[in-house]
Amino acid sequence: MDIPRRQFDSLIIGAGGGGLRAALQLSNADASVAVVSKVFPTRSHTVAAQGGMNAALANVLPDNWHWHMFDTVKGSDYLGDQDAIEYMCRAAPKAVYELEHFGVPFSRLDNGRIYQRPFGGQSQNFGGDQAARTCAAADRTGHAILHSLYQQNIRAKTHFFDEYFAVDLLKDDEGYVLGALAFNIHNGEPVLIEAKTTLLATGGAGQIFRTTTNALINTGDGMAMALRAGVPLMDMEFFQFHPTGIAGRGMLITEGARGEGGYLVNADGERLMERYAPKAKDLASRDVVSRSIAIEVREGRGCGPNKDHVMLKLDHLGEDVIQKRLPGIRQTCITFLGIDPAEAPIPIFPTLHYTMGGIPTNRFGQVVVPVKDTPEEPVPGLYAAGECACVSVHGANRLGGNSLLDILVFGRAAANHIIDYLKENHHHRAMNDSSLESAVARMQRWDNNGSGDGETISDLRNELKTVMEEHCSVFRNDEVLGEGVTKVEQLVERFKNARISDHSDVFNTARVEALELENMMGVALATIESAYARKESRGAHSRTDYTERDDKNWMRHSLYSFEAGVDYKPVRTKPMSVDSFPPKARVY
Amino acid sequence: MPLPVEYSEYKWRCRRGMLELDILLNSYLDKNYKTMTREQGTAFDEILDYPDQVLLDLLMGNMQSSDQSVNMIVKRIREAVTS
Ligand SMILES: Cc1cc2nc3c(=O)[nH]c(=O)nc-3n(C[C@H](O)[C@H](O)[C@H](O)COP(=O)(O)OP(=O)(O)OC[C@H]3O[C@@H](n4cnc5c(N)ncnc54)[C@H](O)[C@@H]3O)c2cc1C
Repeated sequence: MDIPRRQFDSLIIGAGGGGLRAALQLSNADASVAVVSKVFPTRSHTVAAQGGMNAALANVLPDNWHWHMFDTVKGSDYLGDQDAIEYMCRAAPKAVYELEHFGVPFSRLDNGRIYQRPFGGQSQNFGGDQAARTCAAADRTGHAILHSLYQQNIRAKTHFFDEYFAVDLLKDDEGYVLGALAFNIHNGEPVLIEAKTTLLATGGAGQIFRTTTNALINTGDGMAMALRAGVPLMDMEFFQFHPTGIAGRGMLITEGARGEGGYLVNADGERLMERYAPKAKDLASRDVVSRSIAIEVREGRGCGPNKDHVMLKLDHLGEDVIQKRLPGIRQTCITFLGIDPAEAPIPIFPTLHYTMGGIPTNRFGQVVVPVKDTPEEPVPGLYAAGECACVSVHGANRLGGNSLLDILVFGRAAANHIIDYLKENHHHRAMNDSSLESAVARMQRWDNNGSGDGETISDLRNELKTVMEEHCSVFRNDEVLGEGVTKVEQLVERFKNARISDHSDVFNTARVEALELENMMGVALATIESAYARKESRGAHSRTDYTERDDKNWMRHSLYSFEAGVDYKPVRTKPMSVDSFPPKARVY
Repeated sequence: MPLPVEYSEYKWRCRRGMLELDILLNSYLDKNYKTMTREQGTAFDEILDYPDQVLLDLLMGNMQSSDQSVNMIVKRIREAVTS
């Protein structure tokens, strides 16, 4: 097959906040940059982030980066790497000011400074009173960030491959990553993009679960590409369930609703979080609130005819506050439920929200893998940033508002490292034919699979999502997870016999969905295998048979690869400059 | 008269950055594609070009278009999600 080739200094796969921040830094440094995105860049999932972005600006209440660091380490349930966390929290104010400079219209206080709202898990003075650390552009922060970064990239002449699907990374025998194979979704035409460095910024994998806040595009493609290129995925058992999803539908009701004074009640009208987190109450960390809701339902105090959800009350805030501060939430409820939260409570249940695990990187964005006795050897030419990466600043549980921060800080850090790498690596390396052939075969499989009976993509996808929801959700134990592993393995087997009937080249969504499902299968396997293996409860990974955190045996990162199954590496407990925060019980 | 855009292209363009839009647009397309008039198809084609946040504002009733055909399609999409 004769495939057109394009050469760039740097290839970025993904045009969300992480990818675009990196691209801008690189284009401004005069590198030639290609950004590949399966959807038009400003339709990346970052657009959905409503709540905001954390930075210790101290505009509303006293604050500093060290308190932010403490909260992030504690929030991570001591699984976060403290060097990366220190780096991120120190860099946060600058990241906000940079965005302001790029044109993001942050909401303001009367004195003209940037408005900051309180979010769950934020404290003053290392666990003291509630802090207010989240900067927002009304309730469309992600949209504002994405559009500003996109405009800046256009100005900086970044080259965009819009609506191109990246199939696989290309790699030579010495382990260098050489770029990727992609195809144009409009007409099916492939393109080989050769690059001295490749950055994966493909976002999360929430679609592997049935009830999720994530858009359909979040299928974990970059994570699966890394897995296939021999990079183990890290801490994949840690998926965050957002406590306040609309029951049965998945849509997010942002934490901002509780930040503004909303609270959860059970069937008896009791304010349930007062029992589980007497101090922080409804603003306790997400995993704590999610579990509390699940316990209420499990113990029969759920609301509705099936007693399968709790209620979020906002009506006491009054119509004016709701309309001014939470207009998006109000409209979501009216549109999808026919309920006005200014008049009636909203039915709520935890919904899958965020992928804490992902492609292991160091704080320079370099993808790192274990080689012999070294746990973190960089893969030459390969970088990752954003939700697909695991650097790891979120550890076992992410704090609200820390993800937009993560994608911007580490998108930029990765680009800075790439700029240095390019200074030393002037030439493209020779393309590796066998790597290219296997990528082409993966793509062509769906053109050649002919007629005849086979499994359909939509059936397999629905089954996978259901298995993950039933076997790898908020509460987990050996039996449920073990059965889940078997079921996912069976689905992976059945996938080999999958067929699609549309073989056209124009907007062939069936082929894209087939490739995505293959990616989802790999990511799901990594998730449930890692969850099965971790015999403790930590952060979002909560087991009914191992209810305690076990720092002695389990304060370590999981690494899952197709070749070796689950393995582990140590947590980086040493920060860059300050004292380490030793593990403590996590009470809110 | 044929629709301005084939089903497969509509389907791809209904993939957005927000779950809310995915649900609203796909349920409208899947329920209505076979019976869509050319005028509706054209209006749908047009709004699919809007940025996600604008589309969300329209579909959530935060904003109205000055173009009546857009307001009609918005109304039908909202109906499709609850029907
Ligand atoms: C509803 C919702 C609200 C949120 N609110 C907040 C918030 O208030 N604060 C906060 O900090 N975080 C929030 N988050 C989390 C945060 O929005 C995300 O973690 C973050 O935006 C991810 O950014 P990203 O750049 O890593 O990836 P994304 O924005 O997801 O972008 C991924 C990119 O990769 C591309 N891509 C993927 N696969 C391929 C492929 N195979 N080929 C080509 N391109 C590909 C996509 O086209 C896209 O451009 C929220 C998340 C959700 C779901």
